[in-house]
Amino acid sequence: MTKQPERIFVKGNEAIARGALAAKCKCFFGYPITPQNDIPEFMSSAIIKAGGDFVQAESEVAAANMLLGAGAAGVRAMTSSSSPGMSLKQEAISYMAGSEIPAVIVNMNRGGPGLGDIGPAQGDYFQSTRGGGHGDYRHFTFGPGTVQEAYDLTIRAFDIAFEHRTPVLILGDAILGQMKEPITPWEPENIDEEGGRDWAIMGKTADREKRLVKSLFLLEGELAGQNKHLQAKYDAWTDLAEAEQFETEDADLIICAYGSIGRIAKTAVRKFRKEGKKVGLFRPITLYPFPAAELKALAEQGKRFLTIEHNLGQMLEDVRLSIRTVADSDFYPIYPGNLPTPDELEEPILNCLEGK
Amino acid sequence: MSEMNEKLVFDRPDSIIDRATHYCPGCHHGIAHRLVGELIDELGIQDKTLAVASIGCSVFLYNYIDVDAVEAPHGRAPAVATGVKRSRPDNFVFTYQGDGDLASIGMAEIMHAANRGEKICVIFVNNTVYGMTGGQMAPTTLIGQRTTTTPAGRCVTHEGAPIRMTEIIASLGGTAFAARGSLDSVKNIRKAKKYMKKAFEFQLNNTGFGFVELLAGCPTNWKMTPLQANERLQNEMIPYFPLGVYKDVSEEGGVC
Ligand SMILES: Cc1ncc(C[n+]2csc(CCOP(=O)(O)OP(=O)(O)O)c2C)c(N)n1
Ligand code: SF4
Repeated sequence: MTKQPERIFVKGNEAIARGALAAKCKCFFGYPITPQNDIPEFMSSAIIKAGGDFVQAESEVAAANMLLGAGAAGVRAMTSSSSPGMSLKQEAISYMAGSEIPAVIVNMNRGGPGLGDIGPAQGDYFQSTRGGGHGDYRHFTFGPGTVQEAYDLTIRAFDIAFEHRTPVLILGDAILGQMKEPITPWEPENIDEEGGRDWAIMGKTADREKRLVKSLFLLEGELAGQNKHLQAKYDAWTDLAEAEQFETEDADLIICAYGSIGRIAKTAVRKFRKEGKKVGLFRPITLYPFPAAELKALAEQGKRFLTIEHNLGQMLEDVRLSIRTVADSDFYPIYPGNLPTPDELEEPILNCLEGK
Repeated sequence: MSEMNEKLVFDRPDSIIDRATHYCPGCHHGIAHRLVGELIDELGIQDKTLAVASIGCSVFLYNYIDVDAVEAPHGRAPAVATGVKRSRPDNFVFTYQGDGDLASIGMAEIMHAANRGEKICVIFVNNTVYGMTGGQMAPTTLIGQRTTTTPAGRCVTHEGAPIRMTEIIASLGGTAFAARGSLDSVKNIRKAKKYMKKAFEFQLNNTGFGFVELLAGCPTNWKMTPLQANERLQNEMIPYFPLGVYKDVSEEGGVC
């Protein structure tokens, strides 16, 4: 008899913490902010039991810089926060991008700007996909839509961070973080916790030069070279772009939505399909790299587009950039501060479908 | 041959790289680097040392000390060092920070790293001025001291009083060792090295946080000759920043 895989019923936040442990995350640096507190709370005991270490830092600034240190030492490490805290982490993230330090950073997006509220929102899309700190850089960004996906993508985030020597973001929101769903946990095989770290600081041995992890490049042409190298790395990520397509094949209208809103839009699409209306969903899973080619292919089939976001139009720019030579996208904003329901999405979708 | 009569009494430590530094003539950063290098050699820890460099004139520390190193954002070196040490607890980790870096922008990070008792060492070079950015006021700038942002001299009612970091750090629970030395004279340099050695040993024995402040000169921004700078150190700085050991848990029964 084959053993049934274990199913557990957990919040999105806990799924991310468990995913990180499955990916052999060894250090976690946290600071409390709603709605992500479950992650540091879970980690404060779980990662210690797993033989790692946990620090409740004095601020998000410090937590992100601790992450920088652990990443520079070649160790799998993570931090998590929510919007105002993410703004504080940007300093270290920019340095990590410049120094090519691998790390995983979770943002459970809440309403903003400023202190905003503690409800869900997607207002940090630009900050996440463009590089929210100073300088010319991008971070690889995942936008999970379900609790299982949050678990799975956290594991992948560590692999990508170390394969590409880059900070990787997981952009969720208060819905994903607080929602409980059954998931099937799994353990990745053969994680090489020390391999491929021939750049990390570990202590200089007699047989090699000292190693230096830094982002300062003062010599003539040196910084330009580093920026060129970083850009080439970001360009190569295009191949890793990923999206879920749902009922898109014969659809006249494609809804573009990600994360929790993608999931709510899916419910609306299902309802329209029952009524025989040809609506489909395109849900980016990687927000950077944006799955532009896949979206453009749909545009070339003559489909129309409606972007729905829990902000005032951020991913909309990526949608338009992707399809600009063939089509355009309408837009329906859900104002940060409002809690969206599938019913709320029906009218704008219907209007768009009927060309109103 | 002259070789016969000459005895080498002073050489470059193995863990100091053989290259000219970028420091101004008379700057004490070079001496502080050398002390770090000598201690790494004497304690035989080059292969396990991880340096955390900071921002300021000493940002290129890693070009002179032959150990693995990471560069921290301005003031964040104690947080970066926390991450390094927590992920590689068997390594020896130290930060090297100026007064602008540590006592201004990085005040929170240093206080909390000390209070947590992070098993790292901090070398704090206090030259009472922001060197690299061209001589602006630092938290340690003395009353009356003219800088580019206190052209009439620092005034306590307008800019506050110079901060005495070693005293503050010594008062925190996680600190195992805190001392202030000075780099103005051979005698004081020797003493400063003793303090640094003690701080290093505390970490090697896994005891707790070690902090050594080094009073240093910045002749360029003080607009002085190196010798005048040394005199200022003796006559103005040491009286305000008294030298000595402020905390030593080996004499107090230790921290847990
Ligand atoms: C976030 C940030 N703010 C400001 C600076 C500019 N900056 C570079 S060095 C420095 C002062 C360093 O002074 P100190 O720590 O006393 O070191 P010194 O140069 O005197 O050795 C400042 C403000 C910076 N690099 N980063
Ligand atoms: S500016 Fe001051 S601290 Fe900087 S190298 Fe010159 S003397 Fe040293």
